Amino acid sequence: MTGTEHAPAAVSIAGVSKVFERGGTHALEGIDLDVEPGEFVSFIGPSGCGKSTLLRIVGDLIQPTAGSVLVGGKSAHQARLDRDYGMVFQEAVLYDWRTVAKNIALPLELLGWDRRRRQQRVQEMLDLVELTGFDRHHPWQLSGGMQMRVAIARALSFDPKLLLMDEPFGALDEMTRERLNLELLRIWDAAGSTVLFVTHSISEAVFLSTRVVVMSPRPGRVAGVVPIDLPRARTADTREEPRFFELVTEVRELLRGRAGLDEAGAVSEEVA
Amino acid sequence: MAAAVLKRLALTVVVLGALWGLWESYRALWVWTGWTWPFVVDDLTMPHMHEIVSRLWQPAARGGPPLIRPLLSNAAFTAKEAVVGFALGAVIGFAIGVVLHHSQLLRRGFLPYVVASQTVPILAIAPMVVIWLGGKGLPVWVPVSVIAAYLTFFPVTINTLRGLDSADPRRLELMRSYAASRWRVLRSLKFPSALPYVFAALKVSATASVVGAIIGELPSSIADGLGGAILNFNQYYSLDPSALWATNLVAAALGLVFFGVIVLVERLVVRAAPEHVA
Repeated sequence: MTGTEHAPAAVSIAGVSKVFERGGTHALEGIDLDVEPGEFVSFIGPSGCGKSTLLRIVGDLIQPTAGSVLVGGKSAHQARLDRDYGMVFQEAVLYDWRTVAKNIALPLELLGWDRRRRQQRVQEMLDLVELTGFDRHHPWQLSGGMQMRVAIARALSFDPKLLLMDEPFGALDEMTRERLNLELLRIWDAAGSTVLFVTHSISEAVFLSTRVVVMSPRPGRVAGVVPIDLPRARTADTREEPRFFELVTEVRELLRGRAGLDEAGAVSEEVA
Repeated sequence: MAAAVLKRLALTVVVLGALWGLWESYRALWVWTGWTWPFVVDDLTMPHMHEIVSRLWQPAARGGPPLIRPLLSNAAFTAKEAVVGFALGAVIGFAIGVVLHHSQLLRRGFLPYVVASQTVPILAIAPMVVIWLGGKGLPVWVPVSVIAAYLTFFPVTINTLRGLDSADPRRLELMRSYAASRWRVLRSLKFPSALPYVFAALKVSATASVVGAIIGELPSSIADGLGGAILNFNQYYSLDPSALWATNLVAAALGLVFFGVIVLVERLVVRAAPEHVA
């Protein structure tokens, strides 16, 4: 559309601020960020830094007070209408009365896919998230980690251009979390989509991402962006490499340093 | 499976036996002590339970068929009125709930009148319904069904509204992220979320529709239903008290059947997590 040699950025956030009318909370202030197609960008910061709010603004679930968001060159609103978003929330948010297969097929039904095509895609998705054979189970028969995999399969089922994930593994135990991290990377490689990922785990952010955006608390600002130069093919051993620790330290320093340097004397208590 | 059914059956027998025992021991105690509060207990005010039950197999009138035969056909007639009234009330009640859910303005404007409609005694409305709908070439029992519907729709409306509102905000947000149409959200999310609430209301309404049908028969002077039978045996109560009690038993049984059918349908329809089936 732009006609230049560059494809439009997958996500282009320009000067986004958000003040919640109710309570007057100043959640975000002057966020600028461009995300290239195929990137995996994590947002990390203390609770209350507005990272989830930012993700919701990108997803057109709430409106920014100022600034604009373009997704693939379109407005966020148009992107939502075009079904460009696959969303995964903190909880799996499955529909209890639907089987696993029907949960995954939900967005496909909305898109008007016929039954055969839906069934075929559901099978592919079940294979992808390693839940083959669980299609007839109901959500409450699955563990938390399995439910989250169903939610991911649902979000990916219709090949959305942009995957928005809001602390998807926050409620899971450490071991399940690390296994799902690896799976998510494998899926991301296979699907080739762009991912925006909110987390409050430093190691998770470093392990998964091509870039980590460190945010400062209230009002949320970008404290720094750390490019993750680890090789793209990551394994369980990646977490043991010296470079991994260096990057984790760099992110941690940014998180810590920012709290003391906050302008206007507003030293934040949240980062201890 | 068979063991479970047997256990259930045994429980029913035990409960019925206990109720029987309560009735008879109350009766025996009052007769023995001669207590007169709150009422004098004798064969007229509280016939023996075995007399009430056995009355069902004694002739309705001298030389006629056993009482249970006409009572069952009365019950079938009342059941027809109640089923039609229930269906009418459930559909209208659900529709009102859906409409009010989608418009805050209508909800604020109309809900008070929906509530007010239920504070008007059914006995005050019934004669008018009979007059309005009478002589229109409709079967005589149609006004009775309308009265039953009047008692049925209210719980369904209130619970439908409550049920549609109960849809999980996170699930709604997911629908929003898919840019789902209003109809799609209703069909795929809000209706299923509302089902347990709607069924809770249907259980109340099922029995209410039987009561509505019986009461509705009185001003319509319909003699073919349980209402007619009750009116009739009421007149002969001092001579044959067991007949009225036996009729009440049949009416209660009809209500139970209605309730049971709804429970059965709920089991088939609401296939959510087990804890969602109340």
